[in-house]
Amino acid sequence: MKHAEGQVDFKVIGTTPERPDGIEKVTGRARFADDIHLPRMLFGKILRSPHAHAIIKDIDTSKARALPGVHGVLTGGDFPQLESTVIPHGGASTIDIRDLAENCIARDKTLYDGHAVAAAVADNYHIAEQALELIEVDYEILEPVLEIEDALKDDAPVLHETFSPGRFILQTEKSHSNAGSFKLKLGDADRAFQNADHVLEENFQTRCLHQGYIEPHSVTVEWSHNDIMSVWTSTQGHFAIREQLAFILGHPLNKVKVTPMEIGGGFGGKDQVYIEPIAAMFAKKTGRPVKIAMSRADMLRGTGPSPGANIRVKLAAKKDGTLLGADLTLAYEAGAYPGGPVTSAALQATARYNIPDQQILGHDVLLNKPKMKQYRAPGGLPVNFAMESMLDILARKLELDPLELRLTNAMVTGDRMITGIPCQKIGGKELLKAVQTHPHFTSPLTGRNPGRGLAYAMWFGAGMTSSAVLTANPDGSVKLSVGTPDLSGTRMTLAMQAAETLGIPVSSISVSIPDTDSIAFSFMAVGSRTTHSTGLAVYDAAQQLLRQMTERAALYWDVDETDVTFSDGVFNHQKDSTLTLTFTEMAHLLEKLGGPITVQSSVTPKSNGAQLTAHLVDIDVDTETGKIEIQRYTAFQDVGKAIHPDYVSGQMQGGVAQGVGWALSEAYQYDEAGHLLNTTLLDYRMPTSLDLPDIETVILETPNPNHPFGVRGVGESSIMPPAGALANALYDAVGIRMTALPMTPGAVLEKLKKKQRGS
Amino acid sequence: MNRIWIPAHLQHFTNGSERVEISGSNIRQVIRALDNKYPGLGEQLREGDMLTPGMTVAINGSVDHLGLYATLDEDSEIHFIPAIEGG
Amino acid sequence: MTDYTTRITTVINGQEETFFCEPRESLLEILRDRLQLTGTKEGCNDGNCGACTVILDGVSVNSCCVLGVEAENASIETIEGLADGDSLHPLQQAFIRETALQCGYCTPGLIMAAKDLLAHEPLPSNERIRLWLANNLCRCTGYTRIIKAVAQAAKELHQKP
Repeated sequence: MKHAEGQVDFKVIGTTPERPDGIEKVTGRARFADDIHLPRMLFGKILRSPHAHAIIKDIDTSKARALPGVHGVLTGGDFPQLESTVIPHGGASTIDIRDLAENCIARDKTLYDGHAVAAAVADNYHIAEQALELIEVDYEILEPVLEIEDALKDDAPVLHETFSPGRFILQTEKSHSNAGSFKLKLGDADRAFQNADHVLEENFQTRCLHQGYIEPHSVTVEWSHNDIMSVWTSTQGHFAIREQLAFILGHPLNKVKVTPMEIGGGFGGKDQVYIEPIAAMFAKKTGRPVKIAMSRADMLRGTGPSPGANIRVKLAAKKDGTLLGADLTLAYEAGAYPGGPVTSAALQATARYNIPDQQILGHDVLLNKPKMKQYRAPGGLPVNFAMESMLDILARKLELDPLELRLTNAMVTGDRMITGIPCQKIGGKELLKAVQTHPHFTSPLTGRNPGRGLAYAMWFGAGMTSSAVLTANPDGSVKLSVGTPDLSGTRMTLAMQAAETLGIPVSSISVSIPDTDSIAFSFMAVGSRTTHSTGLAVYDAAQQLLRQMTERAALYWDVDETDVTFSDGVFNHQKDSTLTLTFTEMAHLLEKLGGPITVQSSVTPKSNGAQLTAHLVDIDVDTETGKIEIQRYTAFQDVGKAIHPDYVSGQMQGGVAQGVGWALSEAYQYDEAGHLLNTTLLDYRMPTSLDLPDIETVILETPNPNHPFGVRGVGESSIMPPAGALANALYDAVGIRMTALPMTPGAVLEKLKKKQRGS
Repeated sequence: MNRIWIPAHLQHFTNGSERVEISGSNIRQVIRALDNKYPGLGEQLREGDMLTPGMTVAINGSVDHLGLYATLDEDSEIHFIPAIEGG
Repeated sequence: MTDYTTRITTVINGQEETFFCEPRESLLEILRDRLQLTGTKEGCNDGNCGACTVILDGVSVNSCCVLGVEAENASIETIEGLADGDSLHPLQQAFIRETALQCGYCTPGLIMAAKDLLAHEPLPSNERIRLWLANNLCRCTGYTRIIKAVAQAAKELHQKP
């Protein structure tokens, strides 16, 4: 493992201990949300609109209520009427609670195929499903709008007469009946285009798709006699669930307790309520615990997929390849309610390249599909696909090596991004050079129609608030509790940071993620923030613990506190070398000196440390079927400091696999009436073990100066480059330039045939 | 004096200037001073007792989650940018 | 309960189990909801993700596609029966050691599917492992470490007396 200059050799950080919840997961003992069974539990099912756009004129639930075994039926009218209210969604972002509530169950209008309209709770799921069939909904079907171009037309069907795009994005005014728009600008892009030797312009399209977590949403709610709502759910952020439930149901925050269960994948799709309010309302009305789980079709139709986009890129360049200017238009689907990931996309679009004059126009477009959400780096892959394809087009036009072109333009520490903010410390050129010097870069290609492609990406990630509680017990064991759910092993990376600071083995530390009653507020596990930002809270807590133990050591030795120091896990007296105690020995003495010590830390760092990624891929193309076979894939990422190198590598590999699915096979298919056609995992085609080779990972470390161990966020940026890299490899292989995703065999074949016909 | 980067869609308030200088030792003061010098700009940046929803503020390159209530230790470079999270 | 409820006797992880079952209940529902063996997971409920894989009379099946009544007189192995007390099966050990899991949700199904493979193909090639596991979707890992873990476990099992 390469250490940057001045880096200390760590004892725990950089090693690969086995995670404590590993045994639970390989034996099936780990408790996921659906594994809860409470006495006298009832089971709910949700009726979803089969229409993409419709007014609900009437709902008759009488027959459903009368079915034996049914204990309740709900519609939107059973929930409190809310005003449009923006509540903090943690730190710098906001959410309109009325939109959120109406997304969970419609009131007057249904806005997408799958929008919840009613629900039934019964002795078992089968009876609940029978009840749904007896609910009669009278819809007035409206014309749906399903494509970005159509939604932006003056005569488009309107989803909301009034909406507030400014709640989520910068805006001047609502720009269309179905869109809010914003502009970002640096310098003078028009000037750049006037002075350019070359101007390139191209349009790209990507399609809506789902995060595809294998674990369906499942929630159990129990409403106790003293009015406490207890919730067990699959979530990336239990404090967010608590807040949203409290607001939607009009219940005090201090009487909502949310327990995050083990979570089977989230990737950005599990950060808000979907089925929780309905389960809670049923629990309140029946006085019994209620469980609701979503089917796969429910999830594809009724949760928060990631948006498709239309992207226009225009680049101005000198003949030596230096980029002078960029002009982009990003039109991203927002779905049924405003506030999709388009702003994040705009911030990432050109970040990693030093382009002095830029402008980006962004549109957040309402249409009759589910409300769009993030999927790893929000909005990142579509715009990366567009930009990295353009870099490749430019390279070929100027007859420059694609990697050299990126090196020429790579952003370095201090270069200004489109917001005008100077870039924090990054190692962009070093990363690209690592690609250049890697054996994969120069290895010979094999196959009938082989090709190689490259793409480069940068993502920022989130800081936000995290809390940690650390206790040193008299038996020498240490308990660490954190408020950020563990998606894939962060309980270990956090324990490692505590262990490193305290100078103790990581096996002495037991980590838990308690419910919202039992830990201070923490923002959710998103934005690649856990190891970095929650790590900072852990580090701060560890420092506090050491300070208090230092006081106790001084007490024990009857010396001045200022003479007691701590290093390498040992308390020492500066002047008397006979006085030493290890952390564990000190812990054993605590009972005599006042009892166990517990400290708490809540930390909100100002940034996260930029994540840089580059991918290199070799493919072979079957020109008879259009199938792209991936033969070799190497992912490079600068992670600042890899706390646990295997977990870091795992995050990179996971992002690659998801990006490959996004690039080659996954897309929502709607018919003209707006029905989602591919609602099973047979037709919504995610990568299997046969679709990928062994994914090689190369970890680089430019330490993040704002973190004690140099950590940068890791989890998200690896989803961005695959589409661009594959598109560039495809051009290299067979000379066709795909500007639309997914690049299915059919789409590739069609383009090949067009090329053969000479059009 | 602080250096404020004005978002593109608000530059018509500042006669097209991307960067302006304004005094203030916290963001509230800065926004008030901006509004005095460029009437109307203030209500684009704040809504009631918070920054305009969806917007956040970066001080010397780092996002400050205190937003409207952030303080400035010294003359700073200030950017108003869209809020981002993660997935 | 409907009039068609049947009493079913079966063997699960070597133990005789008796339960009541409606014809419309799947084996997955029986395992998870009636017998509360929640190690087997639901991912799609129509045979397309493999999260519910168990071994039924020596053959790995998607338990969501098997009716509960079909368990009558059958012998079923689930993830709960794999470890021998505190002693993990080589597949379980390999998954932990090789970091072949991240969220862990697809893991039980994957391990059972792999167990079936190794029961009749002791030292499969990586290509054979990939082919065999193609019905088990994983969204977190990208499969590389899973394949390695299965190959490692195969070697270890092969060496055991």
